[in-house]
Amino acid sequence: MKYLDEFRDPVAAKTLVDKIHQRATRTWTIMEVCGGQTHSIIRNGIDQLLDGAVEFIHGPGCPVCVTPLEMIDRALEIASRDDVIFCSFGDMLRVPGSHQDLFSVRARGGDVRIVYSPLDATRVAAENPDKEVVFFGVGFETTAPANAMSVLHAQRLGLTNFSVLVSHVLVPPAMTAILSSPANRVQGFLAAGHVCTVMGTSEYGPLVEKFGVPIVVTGFEPLDLLEGVRQVVDLLESGKAELRNAYPRAVNDAGNTVAQQALADVFSVTDRQWRGIGMIPQSGWTLSPRYAEFDAERKFGVGHLQVQESAECHAGEVLQGLLKPNQCPAFGKTCTPRTPLGATMVSSEGACAAYYQFRRLEAGGAPAPTSSTAAHV
Amino acid sequence: MCLGIPGKVIKIWDESGTRMSTVDFGGTTKTVCLAYLPDMEIGEYTIVHAGFAITRLDEASANETLKMFEDLGILEEELNGVEGQGRREPA
Amino acid sequence: MSDPIGIDPSDWVCPLPLRETKRIVIGHGGGGILSEELIENLFLPAFGSAGGPARDSALLDVAGGRIALTTDSYVVNPLFFPGGNIGDLAINGTINDLAMSGAQPLGLTAGFIIEEGLELEVLGVIAQTMGKAAAESGVGIVTGDTKVVGKGGADGLFVNTAGVGVVPDGLRIGPEQARPGDHVIVSGNLGEHGVAIMSVREGIDFGTTVTTDSAPLHRLVAAMLSAVDDPNVVHALRDPTRGGLVAATVEIARTAGIGIELDEGRIPVPDTVASACSFLGLDPLQVANEGKLVAFVDPAHSEAVLEAMRSRPEGAGAVIIGRAVEEHPGMVVGRTPFGTTRIIERELGEQLPRIC
Repeated sequence: MKYLDEFRDPVAAKTLVDKIHQRATRTWTIMEVCGGQTHSIIRNGIDQLLDGAVEFIHGPGCPVCVTPLEMIDRALEIASRDDVIFCSFGDMLRVPGSHQDLFSVRARGGDVRIVYSPLDATRVAAENPDKEVVFFGVGFETTAPANAMSVLHAQRLGLTNFSVLVSHVLVPPAMTAILSSPANRVQGFLAAGHVCTVMGTSEYGPLVEKFGVPIVVTGFEPLDLLEGVRQVVDLLESGKAELRNAYPRAVNDAGNTVAQQALADVFSVTDRQWRGIGMIPQSGWTLSPRYAEFDAERKFGVGHLQVQESAECHAGEVLQGLLKPNQCPAFGKTCTPRTPLGATMVSSEGACAAYYQFRRLEAGGAPAPTSSTAAHV
Repeated sequence: MCLGIPGKVIKIWDESGTRMSTVDFGGTTKTVCLAYLPDMEIGEYTIVHAGFAITRLDEASANETLKMFEDLGILEEELNGVEGQGRREPA
Repeated sequence: MSDPIGIDPSDWVCPLPLRETKRIVIGHGGGGILSEELIENLFLPAFGSAGGPARDSALLDVAGGRIALTTDSYVVNPLFFPGGNIGDLAINGTINDLAMSGAQPLGLTAGFIIEEGLELEVLGVIAQTMGKAAAESGVGIVTGDTKVVGKGGADGLFVNTAGVGVVPDGLRIGPEQARPGDHVIVSGNLGEHGVAIMSVREGIDFGTTVTTDSAPLHRLVAAMLSAVDDPNVVHALRDPTRGGLVAATVEIARTAGIGIELDEGRIPVPDTVASACSFLGLDPLQVANEGKLVAFVDPAHSEAVLEAMRSRPEGAGAVIIGRAVEEHPGMVVGRTPFGTTRIIERELGEQLPRIC
């Protein structure tokens, strides 16, 4: 397939891997803040290939994982109502709330539907005027334009039975929070390529300035990831803190200005709880008061809910890059994809789930060794 | 986040004021909203996420990147003294 | 009910006028005249007469060997999808269950749970499909049952088919027979059925040229078992239906207590399947197949078995994709084109389209 196969060429991959190993005089710690990149790194074994030159710390790049527990519980409460059709992306269905998940709500008769696009949810609303249709609007900046359009579309169609439960999170404030932490070990960042296609690259320059870390905008295919890492390592070895774009075919500095205008119109910045991390100021988007009639939180007045996280779950530390999933005492034992304790084990982008799916051979509680141990088969 | 897949726009139309398209992902076609790429044209490639086209894929830039990988490979061969292996074919 | 895909009712000819109904009504399940008419005028003409008086159970002669017995219920929604309908699955799926034990299929039963309101035309086309599939496979539908349930009770139609076959003496095929060293062979392209179904499922419908691969595999298996003198060079067979290749191999790995290594670059996934899975975020190796099998074969004879497979249309794309090993028993490990490894594991439930 065009624009995919070429960026998966194993021969070019080997070249890039060799170059990185040749350039690196020590092991650098690099973070990616994008669940899609985490998934691709682990699934393709890029961490195995770069063992010794790079230690990946997987950042909180999975919006499903970081959606605050309170918000999940709100969603479950709304979805359980008789007159509601609750629409959501597939990823969210198995995320555990305090006591249950959307799947169990569906099993008990709730009308919970998976949609591929938020416009599918507005269509459901148009086709079911006697029901309240609620769309679970989660995601980073990449997904926000799509979610925004569902509101604009609903307004244009004059729908009164459509609302969105908004829980957007923003990447740059998360990176700031991580870099500001005294426990921070991250030396370089891969910036999320598709977030940047929407928002452009202007938010990252100030981070580079303030914290003196190189940031490289990176794509998702194996060659894209390797090239992003190569540029980060190159900058680190040269002692330079700069912003670079290693995904120029999809990202330009300005981003998508049409989308940005819609975002500015439909959303307002707010403080946001990140599940497992805590409050990060100005790190989320909520629906702008202008569109209050489409705000599900208002419409359903679910109010403050008593939330209850599992005491055993260390998702927070994993999300902050302080713990590798296989170092968590519950990993693979009380916490598995079948019986997840936290969101990072539920979402296929969550670091714990990715580790469980792809790396269980190395699991067992011991820290990942630094020498190459790829199980050669 | 951001499962975004490249595809080619093969049809464009208007649906009550919203610009819609059919995008071909190498054999699979899907209806995709073009509201955020108002000057997108048939035959161009885009990245699609959650049913929306979010950016145009720049072919020249893609080729440049691929060429750069190839050059790196040739350079490496030269540095390692490997002779006459010819250009690597893309997979 | 929305219009079924690909149905051409003009092909279905009603041999006798049924009482003036176009739809199944509760009375059709009553066991009285309406029931009899339904069977006489809709089912029997479609299935072809098996000969003899109507009976509740069918007697089949069996030569020396063991009887293989299987049953499967088909509840696919929608009933019609690109390349076929529930009727194809109901016949081929059950024949394949028998074939995976190395059994020669002898006969099938067909039980119908029909939702009140289903159009007779729809039922007629499905019945005809089943009759055709059975005839082409040389396996008769020899007995059956019909029930009607109230609206909302059955998603249109549920079908159950049970199958009986005979496994010749001395044949030892089963998941526990797979052993380290075995070559893992897949009979052709993966992911087609699942993609075809998803393409017409509400909420994620998309355009594709992919059609279901539903097909009976008993003749393919017979060819494999006679590739060399000893049929037992074929150790284990499984059809990768729900859960795809991953479920099939993981289950065998766990049952046999062996490890499996798959060479991802060799696994045949057509571009059309890969692109559909790509934009939904699904793994093609976990997508259902209805006309493929996975085989664990003695490595000394795998070339011969492959050749036998490729001589049949259902096996034309057969290829070795990996091997069984002693290490990591119960686990399937994939080697990526980059030389790295990853564990291949099943989804908890069904795969969900994702945005991440």
